Amino acid sequence: RTCILILINSKNASQVLFFFFFPHSEFDLPEYSVRRRYQDFDWLRNKLEESQPTHLIPPLPEKFVVKGVVDRFSEEFVETRRKALDKFLKRITDHPVLSFNEHFNVFLTAKDLNAYKKQGMALLSKMGESVKYVTGGYKLRSRPLEFAAIGEYLDTFSLKLGTIDRIAQRIIKEQLEYLVELREYGPIYSTWSGLEVELSEPLEGVSACIGNCCTALEELSEDMTDDFLPVLREYILYSESMKNVLKKRDQVQAEYEAKLEAVALKKEDRPKVPTDVEKCQDRVECFNADLKADMERWQNNKRQDFRQLLMGMADKNIQYYEKCLTAWESIIPLLQDKPETK
Amino acid sequence: FYLTNVRTVLFFRAVESQNEGQCSPVDSLWRRYSEFELLRNYLLVTFPHIVVPPLPEKRADFVWHKLSADNMDPDFVERRRIGLENFLLRVASHPVLCQDKIFYSFLTQEGGWKEMVNETGFQLKADSRLKALNATFRVKNPDKRFTELKHYSDELQSVISHLLRVRARVADRLYGVYKVHGNYGRVFSEWSAIEKEMGDGLQSAGHHMDVYAASIDDILEEEEHYADQLKEYLFYAEALRAVCRKHELMQYDLEMAAQDLTSKKQQCEELATGTVRTFSLKGMTSKLFGQETPEQREAKIKVLEEQIQEGEEQLKSKNLEGRDFVKSAWADIERFKEQKNHDLKEALISYAVMQISMCKKGIQVWTNAKECFSKM
Repeated sequence: RTCILILINSKNASQVLFFFFFPHSEFDLPEYSVRRRYQDFDWLRNKLEESQPTHLIPPLPEKFVVKGVVDRFSEEFVETRRKALDKFLKRITDHPVLSFNEHFNVFLTAKDLNAYKKQGMALLSKMGESVKYVTGGYKLRSRPLEFAAIGEYLDTFSLKLGTIDRIAQRIIKEQLEYLVELREYGPIYSTWSGLEVELSEPLEGVSACIGNCCTALEELSEDMTDDFLPVLREYILYSESMKNVLKKRDQVQAEYEAKLEAVALKKEDRPKVPTDVEKCQDRVECFNADLKADMERWQNNKRQDFRQLLMGMADKNIQYYEKCLTAWESIIPLLQDKPETK
Repeated sequence: FYLTNVRTVLFFRAVESQNEGQCSPVDSLWRRYSEFELLRNYLLVTFPHIVVPPLPEKRADFVWHKLSADNMDPDFVERRRIGLENFLLRVASHPVLCQDKIFYSFLTQEGGWKEMVNETGFQLKADSRLKALNATFRVKNPDKRFTELKHYSDELQSVISHLLRVRARVADRLYGVYKVHGNYGRVFSEWSAIEKEMGDGLQSAGHHMDVYAASIDDILEEEEHYADQLKEYLFYAEALRAVCRKHELMQYDLEMAAQDLTSKKQQCEELATGTVRTFSLKGMTSKLFGQETPEQREAKIKVLEEQIQEGEEQLKSKNLEGRDFVKSAWADIERFKEQKNHDLKEALISYAVMQISMCKKGIQVWTNAKECFSKM
């Protein structure tokens, strides 16, 4: 399935709507569109977590914007959101298990999602679908090595990302302060140009050049804010949700071990393993298998995502310097120009 | 010749040039900064119609945070050395100043130079500061060109000092931007430790971030030379204004002398004809205490006539002086203008070249980093 996510912004931020288009869709229609709000995405994610607890569910962009400075109506913010939501859907689509999830299917196709949601709530009380996968609070004695390693990795990983986030923010801040000074600096050459005769054009040229560099710098800072930081933060959220899945796995294993122990304590000769203990064992093994597979997939995607993200960062800086270089190179002939002798 | 620094005293060596065998071979002699100041003051007084090259600043000014305002800082001392060398080169290449004997002795004669300068009695010729300030407000017919030039030099001073101040702030901020990138180096290294395939790429990219952060030191050090070139012309503006002020003083002097002459002539006439047109204390006292005798009157007239003759001669010579001054000053000003335009153009070109070099370095570093990231 291919779908294109288009964002339509309206005056009231809570009514930001999203359109999906399915070109060449299976519905034999040239295009098919549904409207979704952010809370629908939130609902979907919760449903996926509930129904596929052994899998790693991709993160959503933050619901509430922490810094009140960001304008939720600005084009940049809306575009950043759109990209993040697009990524979210793509990650689910690429997942061999999640992409077949019933809730996901409905999310993509149902014209009236609210009706389905209500229906789901009613079903909830009847079926045990959203009944906690694990009953009771069992405590695991020790995490198996490979999952402990994953846990440690995620801890360090999110820590490092947090540091990178802070560094990137600090750089943007320093760049903006630099920009403020440059904006005062350039025009002084212009003022000077007004005092001079022969130097008038060269000085004016320098002033214009600095102005161009200012524009380039502004673009760099904006790009970093809009494209770099959000992806970084997404991965921090991803790590957090993954750690929760690890904890759930622990609980499943704990439940199994507890029940197994209980059976062993009964001291029967040739005890027959009760079916519910068998079920627990199945659950543990499934969980472990799913999680391992997802981790491998996640690691690979993460590598590709960061490769792209960091190359993008390098690219933006290269472009900034190239713009400045062009500006300065273009005024060299102007500066070297000898005025015609009067 | 060239200068080397040994703390505050400059070790100065005159090297005989191949072409001119006129310089007596003196190996080296010592000059303090204060002696440079003395030399310059002498030149200012002796050649008031010349735009005298300025000295570099005695104390560090317009600094940005990294450079200490410490006068003992080796970078500052080195730049001041270059500034003093530049000063001497400027004087030596000036068609008028280079011929001065005191300047020649400065370069060749170690002992007794100070005494020699003071013996010229140049301090006596120096115009009093108060007189100089007064003249600005009372000159009736200054040469318009000098008025415009003084205005220009004021504006130039203002704009260059503004430029230098903001440039220092710009440098400070740019330093901050570059240095923070060094933190990427550290965190990439730490991150690479927990990664398998991504590790190498991250680690090597981090190294490039360190290189990037370190590169700003040299970049900003080079920019200081540009700032120094601007500073020279900031101080030159002062020298320019001094020439204009000298013209004003001479013009003021002239106008006062003419005024004095006119009033003396009037007095003379009044005494001769007996009519009192202008108020004078003598007139009043003679009215109150009786007129003077004809003999007394005759004596007074004679004195006045002598004074008038003297006055007319003085006025003539002052007029001549004034015209000569205007002519020679304006010639040097034209020379200065050309020099200024040439030098500042060169400075702007070198500044642009510096910026280009900085951009190319930036592109290089980030391209290297991108390459490392691509291998992740």
